[in-house]
Amino acid sequence: MSDVADRVKKIVVEHLGVEEDKVTESASFIDDLGADSLDTVELVMAFEEEFGIEIPDDAAETIQTFGDAVKFITEAS
Amino acid sequence: MRRVVVTGLGMVSPLACGVEETWKRILDGQSGAGPITKFDASRVTTKYACEVPLGDGSDGTFNPDDWMLPKERRKVDDFILYGIAASDMALKDAGWLPEEEEDKLRTGVMIGSGIGGLSSIADTAVLLHERGPRRVSPFFIPGSLINLISGQVSIKYGFKGPNHAVVTACSTGAHAIGDASRLIQLGDADVMVAGGAEAAICEIGIAGFNACKALSTKREDDPQAASRPYDEDRDGFVMGEGAGIVVLEEYEHAKARGAKIYAEVLGYGLSGDAYHITAPSEDGDGGFRAMEAALARAGLEPADVDYINAHGTSTMADAVELKAVERLLGDAAEKVTMSSTKSSIGHLLGAAGAVEAIFCVLAMRDQIAPPTINLDNPAVKPRLSLAANKAEEREINVVLSNSFGFGGTNASLVMGKVTD
Repeated sequence: MSDVADRVKKIVVEHLGVEEDKVTESASFIDDLGADSLDTVELVMAFEEEFGIEIPDDAAETIQTFGDAVKFITEAS
Repeated sequence: MRRVVVTGLGMVSPLACGVEETWKRILDGQSGAGPITKFDASRVTTKYACEVPLGDGSDGTFNPDDWMLPKERRKVDDFILYGIAASDMALKDAGWLPEEEEDKLRTGVMIGSGIGGLSSIADTAVLLHERGPRRVSPFFIPGSLINLISGQVSIKYGFKGPNHAVVTACSTGAHAIGDASRLIQLGDADVMVAGGAEAAICEIGIAGFNACKALSTKREDDPQAASRPYDEDRDGFVMGEGAGIVVLEEYEHAKARGAKIYAEVLGYGLSGDAYHITAPSEDGDGGFRAMEAALARAGLEPADVDYINAHGTSTMADAVELKAVERLLGDAAEKVTMSSTKSSIGHLLGAAGAVEAIFCVLAMRDQIAPPTINLDNPAVKPRLSLAANKAEEREINVVLSNSFGFGGTNASLVMGKVTD
């Protein structure tokens, strides 16, 4: 797994309080990992902080799964 | 009118996590004061307070993990954490964790706070200033709003009755219990979870109350002697934190399910001073009228009162309240005991009235009046007993609890033993 994926996974585990092995490529933050809409806003903020990038609101809405997040961040950073 | 009884108690206090452990330490004359550890107090004038003792949950310490998962706790200010913890204790004590939809519809929540998420607001303001608006957490607002203890408790237990919150500074806890009782009396609910919580020991909180000249400042060498109501050497209140929650229940409802009944809420009186934003009127007339109204509502005479838990903050206002109480009691003062438990736990602001109502209930249960500690050199010559430095074993059938807040807002509660 890439460095980006490791760092994203760590954030997801910490913020959502889920087991690491539940955070799979296709895991949806809301449907599979128990997040609500406020949790996803906070997750995106944490990604921005960790990777020093800005994720515009319309882009943030497309980040639904762990895989989406890793892909977006890899391309943006 | 429907009758209202107290069937559950919960508390997080500067002396301990838990009602019985706090009560034991109160009767033992202990103080919950010490140097401030929650923030670096080097810049503020007052460097001591009554903080909730953190620990692993043993020996009366408060372990946040016992009450909320870390990932949920991150999203709320400490006043909400304390409120949720004390609510959980009170509901378990009452044995009221209903599963039927009808029971949930008839159970409401009314938990307030004097200031709410002050520490979170201050921290977020700094973050906004330094890093800009995009760094403000989506949990900042719902983690700071005063009514979010009521909201959280309602969500946690599925209570779908009245969902309300009181904000009347240092009268909050008493007003919440009084107003929630009224909702039960009027039929809006059969059970109410009521009380107050506060966690304002932060730099901006201490700085703000220091600026009002309300806090004790002179006892850095001996914080446990700082809260000394009625004493000649008192110099302001000591800030406390925590939560007090009661489960209130319609009498027949409590009887029908065989609930343990601690006391009956007999009377509740409210008044305004219309005088000053922080000081009580010099003749104590606002407090007098609140007490008078509470007794009238209870259908009792001043001579019926056995124990009074005073507002008694360890400020100049102590003497004003005493004057009002003695005016109310007249010659009956000779047989009354009044004490200020703020001498032991400091001033819990929005939680004070609720925590003190619980002490009143326990005083009646155990037939003992808690002491006013640090009362070494009385500045007043009362006709009643102030239970100076020692708990007083005595007959207690009717209790009165006073709470007065900034803005000139006053509340008095009268409770008694349940008689058929």
